[in-house]
Amino acid sequence: MKKILLGNEAIVQGAMEAGVNFVSTYPGTPASEIGNTFAKIAKEQGVYPVKSGVAGAPPQAEQFNRVYFEFSTNEKVALEAAIGASFSGLKCLVAMKSFGLNVASDALLPLCYTGTKGPMVIVVADDPSCWSSGQSEQNSRAFAYLAHIPILEPSDAQEAKDFTILAFEISEQFNSPVILRTTTRVSHQRMPVDVNYELLASNASRSDAGGGIKNYEFGSGFIKNPEQFCVMPNRVLEMKKKLLEKIESIRKFAEKSNINKIEKASGKMGLSRRSPQGAKVGIIVSGVSYLYVKEAMEKLNLDLPILKLGFFYPLPTKKIENFIKNLKKVLVVEELDPYLEKEIKILAKSGNCKLEIFGKDFLPEIGELNFEKVAFAVSKIVGKKYVLSKAISVDLPNRSPRLCPNCPYWVVFGAVKRAAPAGTIFGGDIGCYMMAGFAPHNLQDYLLCMGSSVSVAHGIEKASSFAKASADKPEGKKKIISFMGDSTFFHSGIPALINAVFNKSNQLIIIMDNRITAMTGHQPNPGMGKTGMGETVPEISIEKIARACGVENIKTIEGGVVSEFESVIKEFLSKEGVSIIIAKQVCALLAKRLNKK
Amino acid sequence: MKIFNIVISGTGGQGLITLIQILAEASLLEGYDVKTSELHGLSQRGGSVEAYVRFGQKVYPPTKKSSRSAQNNKIYPCFSGGVYSPLVPLAGADLVLGLELLEGLRMIRYINPKTIFLVNKYIFPFAGGLPEEEILLKINGLVKNEKHIIPASKICQEELGAEVVSGIYLLGYAAHKNLIPLKPDLILKAIEKVVPSKRFELNKKAFELAQSN
Repeated sequence: MKKILLGNEAIVQGAMEAGVNFVSTYPGTPASEIGNTFAKIAKEQGVYPVKSGVAGAPPQAEQFNRVYFEFSTNEKVALEAAIGASFSGLKCLVAMKSFGLNVASDALLPLCYTGTKGPMVIVVADDPSCWSSGQSEQNSRAFAYLAHIPILEPSDAQEAKDFTILAFEISEQFNSPVILRTTTRVSHQRMPVDVNYELLASNASRSDAGGGIKNYEFGSGFIKNPEQFCVMPNRVLEMKKKLLEKIESIRKFAEKSNINKIEKASGKMGLSRRSPQGAKVGIIVSGVSYLYVKEAMEKLNLDLPILKLGFFYPLPTKKIENFIKNLKKVLVVEELDPYLEKEIKILAKSGNCKLEIFGKDFLPEIGELNFEKVAFAVSKIVGKKYVLSKAISVDLPNRSPRLCPNCPYWVVFGAVKRAAPAGTIFGGDIGCYMMAGFAPHNLQDYLLCMGSSVSVAHGIEKASSFAKASADKPEGKKKIISFMGDSTFFHSGIPALINAVFNKSNQLIIIMDNRITAMTGHQPNPGMGKTGMGETVPEISIEKIARACGVENIKTIEGGVVSEFESVIKEFLSKEGVSIIIAKQVCALLAKRLNKK
Repeated sequence: MKIFNIVISGTGGQGLITLIQILAEASLLEGYDVKTSELHGLSQRGGSVEAYVRFGQKVYPPTKKSSRSAQNNKIYPCFSGGVYSPLVPLAGADLVLGLELLEGLRMIRYINPKTIFLVNKYIFPFAGGLPEEEILLKINGLVKNEKHIIPASKICQEELGAEVVSGIYLLGYAAHKNLIPLKPDLILKAIEKVVPSKRFELNKKAFELAQSN
C-alpha cells in the first residue's frame, strides 16, 4: 500500500513497523514532526500491532507491541532515557535536530563504548542552508568520527522509512546505536511510501502482508550487567578496542549492503561509455544529493556510473575502491563539508593514484545543493556545455518572520523598551523571542545556543568590573537583561541560573513563559502539565525552581499590560543580584487553536 | 507525461502545507509519482514561504491495492521513481500559485515563457512592503505569460465568510480551468482526505465556488 508521507512521518512508520517500544525526543526543526507523530500515535493507541516472523517468511499472527513516548527536557536527557530503556532490552528511537546531538554528545560517546542491548536508532536532522536554524550550518556527520557510530543517510521519504528499519537491524545485530542522518529536504519531503499498515487507522487496513521484522522481546526489565554497562577507567581502553573491532565488522556488513549501490552506466542513452566524455567518469553521492544527480543526468542526457552511499560511516572501502579503480575522473557530490571527498582521496592513493577527484572544486561548501548546482558540477567534469534556463530576477523587499499579531511578547518587549536605560545589554536565547533581534524591537546583543542567555550575561557582568577598573566610563555599570523561554529554561537554563546565583551575578532574567514549546510547533513541556503521551501531570513551577535556586526578587506576571511590566522591570533593575520576571501568557497561536476546538 | 512542476508561495499561516498535501494525494490518486518539499519552523511565522509539488510519470497503477514492501524483496524503490528532486528548477514551473500578491511576484525566478501564473489579488502588508499598484505593475511588466490575478480572499470572504479557504478556492480555479492536469473530482477526494472532516464542507464549497465564478 502506498501512502503519501512526509520524510519524518516515514521514519515514524519505519520505526513502528520495526516494532519500536521506547521513543524520546526534544523538538527541533527539521526533526519536530517525528515527536509530534509519535505523540499522536502513543496517545491514540499506546498499543499497536507488529507482524512477527523473519524477513521473507509468510506473515504470521499479529503480535501487539507497546510504545512509550516522551518529550524529554533536552536531547541529552532524551538519549540517556533511551539508553536506560535499551539497557533494559527495549527497541528505542531518539530524535533531535543537528544541535541536539551536540547537547546529547556527552552521553553518546560512552554509549558507543558500552554498546546497546535493545537496538537504538538516533535520528539527527541537519539543516543545510539554515532554513530553520540560526546557530551554525552544522554537518552532524562529523560525529561518526568522534563517537564511532554508524551513520546512514537516506535520500528520500521511502528510504527514510527503509533505512530506519535497516538501522534497527544493524543495531540489533551489532549492539551499536545507529544514527539516521537526514536533512531538511529529506525530512520535509513528501512522496508515496510503501506502508504495511496505516498507523492511525482501524485494524482493517492492516491486513497487508509484510512486516518481517523480529518482534523484539521485552518485559524482562533491567538485568544487571556491569561488565557491559559501566565505562570505568580501568576498562575503557579495552572497550574502545572492542568498539573499533565492531566498526570493522559493520564495515563488512556495509560492503555487502545494497544501500551502498553501484548503478552502472547502461550505455543506452546519450553519451555512452565509448564516447570520450562519458567514458571513465563516475559519480559518488550520498543523501538527498542523489536525487539532484539523477535529475542532472537526465537533463544533461548523460549516462554515468553512480555509486550511491547509504552508509556514511563506516564506509564500504572495498566497494569504493572497486568503483574507482577503472575511472579517470570522479565527482563526489555531498552537501556541506567534504568528508566523503577526503576519504575517497585517501582511498584513491592506494587504489587508483591517477584518479582525478572533484567535489568542492565545483560544488559549494555552504548551503544546500540543488539540481542547478549539481548539473553545473557534472557538466564541468564531463566537459559538456550546459546552459541553465534563464530565470527572471526581480528586486523585492524581504518579508522577515515576525511575532504573530497577538503574541504576548509584544507587551514584554514594549515594556522593556520603555523601562531599560540607554546602554542596557540584551541577551537572546533560542525560541520565538529571537525576533527581539529584528525591528521594531532591536533588543538582542548576542545569541548563541539553547540556555546561553543567562550564562553569557553572567560573564559579561563579571567582565564589566574589569572595564570599570581600566576605563573611566561615565555611565557606570551597564544593566543586563537576558531573555529565556519556558522550554529553554527547562532544557538548559536551570544550571545557568544556579551558576548566576552561586557566583553572585547581577542581571535581570525575563522568562518568556508562553506555556508551550512554540517555535517548533507547540510541543508540551514540563511547565504546562501535559506529557507527550497526553497524560495530565503536575505543572513544574518555574517560580518555585527559581526561588529554590536562591533568587529573591522574583515576580510572575500573568497576562499583564505594558505599564505593569515597566514598573517591575524598573524596580528589579535597581536591585543588586539576580532577579527574575516570569511573563506568563499562553502563545497567541495556541490560544486561537484551543478556542477553535 | 513530463513532470508537472507547481510552485506555491505565500506567507506563513496561509495554509500552504495543506495545499501541498492535497496536491500530493490527488497526484497519487491519479497514479502519478509525486514529490513535494516544504519548510517548517520559524520561517513560517509571517515570513515568506514557498513550497513545491512535482508529479508525473504514471508509476503507480491507481487500482493496485498493495505492493510488496521494500524490506521484503530488499529493493529500495527510490531507484525506480519517476520524480527525483523535490525542488522545482529555476525557470522550471508549469504553474505558479501565489496566495499573496507580492509573494506570487517573488516566484518570478521559476517562470519560463510557458508558465501559468495564478495569484491571489490580496496583500498581507508589512513594514517596507510595496503598494498594490506597484506590484501589479511589476507583474504585468514581467509576466508576459498567461496570468490570472484573482481576488480569491475577497470572494471567499464575501461568499463564504471565510478568507482562510482562499487557497482552496484558487486550487479549484486551477482545476476547473484545466491549469493543472489533475481531475477536479480527484482533487476533491484528496481534500476530503486531508482536511479535518468538520471543515470539509467549507473547503468543498470554496473548491466548487471557482467553477461557477
